[in-house]
Amino acid sequence: MASSINLAKIEKRFGSVEVIHGIDLAIEPGEFTVFVGPSGCGKSTLLRMIAGLEDISAGELSIDGERVNEVPASKRGIAMVFQSYALYPHMNVYKNLAFGLQTAGYPKAEIEARVKKAADILQIGHLLQRRPKALSGGQRQRVAIGRAIVREPKIFLFDEPLSNLDAELRVQMRVEIAKLHQTLGSTMIYVTHDQVEAMTMADKIVVLRDGRIMQVGRPLDLYNNPANQFVAGFIGSPKMNFLKARLADSDPSRRTIEVAGRALTLERPLAARTGEPLVFGLRPEHVEARDNGASLGEASVQLVEHLGGSTVVYTSTADGQSATLLLDGQRHIRAGERLPLGFDVERAHVFGEDGRRV
Amino acid sequence: MTVHPTVWVDEVRPAAAPRRGTLRRMLARNAPGYLFLAPWLIGFFGLTLGPALVSLYLSFTNYDLLRAPDWVGAANYVRIATDDPKFAAAMRVTFIYVVLSVPLKLVFALAVAMAFNRGIRGLTVYRAIFYLPSLLGGSVAIAVLWRQLFASDGLVNMLLWKAFGIEGPSWVSNPDYSLYTLVVLSIWQFGSPMIIFLAGLRQIPTDMYEAAEIDGAGKVRQFFKITLPLLTPVVFFNAVIQTIEAFKAFTPAFIISEGTGGPINSTLFYTLYLYQEAFGFFRMGYAAALAWILLVIIALFTAFSFLSARYWVHYDD
Ligand SMILES: Nc1ncnc2c1ncn2[C@@H]1O[C@H](COP(=O)(O)OP(=O)(O)OP(=O)(O)O)[C@@H](O)[C@H]1O
Ligand SMILES: [Mg+2]
Repeated sequence: MASSINLAKIEKRFGSVEVIHGIDLAIEPGEFTVFVGPSGCGKSTLLRMIAGLEDISAGELSIDGERVNEVPASKRGIAMVFQSYALYPHMNVYKNLAFGLQTAGYPKAEIEARVKKAADILQIGHLLQRRPKALSGGQRQRVAIGRAIVREPKIFLFDEPLSNLDAELRVQMRVEIAKLHQTLGSTMIYVTHDQVEAMTMADKIVVLRDGRIMQVGRPLDLYNNPANQFVAGFIGSPKMNFLKARLADSDPSRRTIEVAGRALTLERPLAARTGEPLVFGLRPEHVEARDNGASLGEASVQLVEHLGGSTVVYTSTADGQSATLLLDGQRHIRAGERLPLGFDVERAHVFGEDGRRV
Repeated sequence: MTVHPTVWVDEVRPAAAPRRGTLRRMLARNAPGYLFLAPWLIGFFGLTLGPALVSLYLSFTNYDLLRAPDWVGAANYVRIATDDPKFAAAMRVTFIYVVLSVPLKLVFALAVAMAFNRGIRGLTVYRAIFYLPSLLGGSVAIAVLWRQLFASDGLVNMLLWKAFGIEGPSWVSNPDYSLYTLVVLSIWQFGSPMIIFLAGLRQIPTDMYEAAEIDGAGKVRQFFKITLPLLTPVVFFNAVIQTIEAFKAFTPAFIISEGTGGPINSTLFYTLYLYQEAFGFFRMGYAAALAWILLVIIALFTAFSFLSARYWVHYDD
């Protein structure tokens, strides 16, 4: 029921503009893969090439080991859920679901059975006679997913399916799609620019930027070991703090790095030369408002956000760089106060000027 | 700079009991507005509504342009209904023309619009060029040209002879062909429905086709299951407009038959017959009655179209 997908040196050009630059990626059967990245990075284009809606300029796409570059969309065993839902407005929900099966010439009884099954899974049985315009956003979303389910595809493709829903419904549908994945066990590729969706749903996250893969890995791998500054900044919320730093001494016995006017000693080796400028990365949730171990010195508080369960503090370090703290619970901190910024040096990330982890 | 607030004074005052001269003052205050409306008002009352009402009156008279009209009651209408073979002939010709030319023209217009919708370079230029016939098509000059082209020794027959060795008839003076020649010629004016179809096609979101493609629908099925249903509001609009236009067709038949509606009444369009009665025989009252009957027929057709629309036109709101 589930298929593997393999992308080998996939490229896409629109006219003379290359937007996807040689992507290599292997997706295992039944895996839930999320493509994530900023707007315009090529997520949709990549997904549409897998779907067969966009020609592949170069490289090879295979499904279950067979080259499918030239296979039409309807023959690839895929189903796609569009951001706009793309429901047929002149057909009622039943006909929307049945259209693909009718096209494929399934007998009426089988079509009815499949539509009913999909409607049951998605709890849209009572909507079958309605036109899409008479449905709420969430209901349309379900119908769009239903249209994918009835085809019993080996691969589901989702292009930002939740971006038109309000925050509450998004969370709900996110859970439902995850459940659907468990129930059906199909291979799913899900495109989003929301890193929370990516983190919560994915078996495997593919971070894209400007048509290139920045990193592939399990959600926590990306969080704990970002391969570069881009991934480090993209995964996690609030965003990781990046501070200008310099490698003061690369000697293994006193490996020191200068940041915010202070010298820190790191235990692990760094692939950098003495004097080289670096970027020092520290997640807001890993900074504490007290001196323990390593410290960035005293910082002045600029702004405090009280979220109830947690408190976000925006500060400015002694040398004027900004640093954000995510503190547990409710804190009595006011703008203008001075706070010590402490952290565990093992949780720090260090990047070279070119963004690579060093 | 001085400010004259006089115009507004009336409006700020609380509404008092009606004063004398209120109407006059209101007219005076709105005079510039009416002035700007004047061309339309004159046009509508002087050139449209006025003559229409006069013609309704005349249809109950025996007006002949020369003597003052005498009231004859419904006599004109009775004669049209019971004792006018030419009326029946004109009806027949006009109905055949409408029934054939409207669908043909719409199909052709849609086909051209679909070709354009594929995204052709320099689209605007082509659109303009293809629209041109619609501007010229109804003109006298083009009709004269058609008469030359489709005459027995015209260019069309010459080409037929050269290419296929077929000796063509006179397409315009043979009663078996003349009406159908006019039907074919009407297609030439496909420009305005085509532009409207094109606008309608552009409204259909591309992801609709992508969804259908994934659903396995080929081009033909996409056309009948997606394009056509989503285009029905535009089809409906074009059909109504073109039907009205076709009922009113006049110039081509007039020029090609030189105003006779011949041969043997085969191109006697309703409007042509009406014209003959009015300006050939000076039976103005009778012609006015014919005109009102045409109006009623067109109104019935349109009303029927609107009634039928709810069964086949898909509106998205
Ligand atoms: N049909 C097209 N013709 C030319 N360029 C295109 C076309 N489609 C996409 N592009 C370009 O390809 C790049 C990637 O677009 P794509 O839609 O894949 O981005 P995305 O990651 O899905 O962004 P978003 O999050 O905004 O949906 C963009 O720079 C875009 O301008
Ligand atoms: Mg996109």
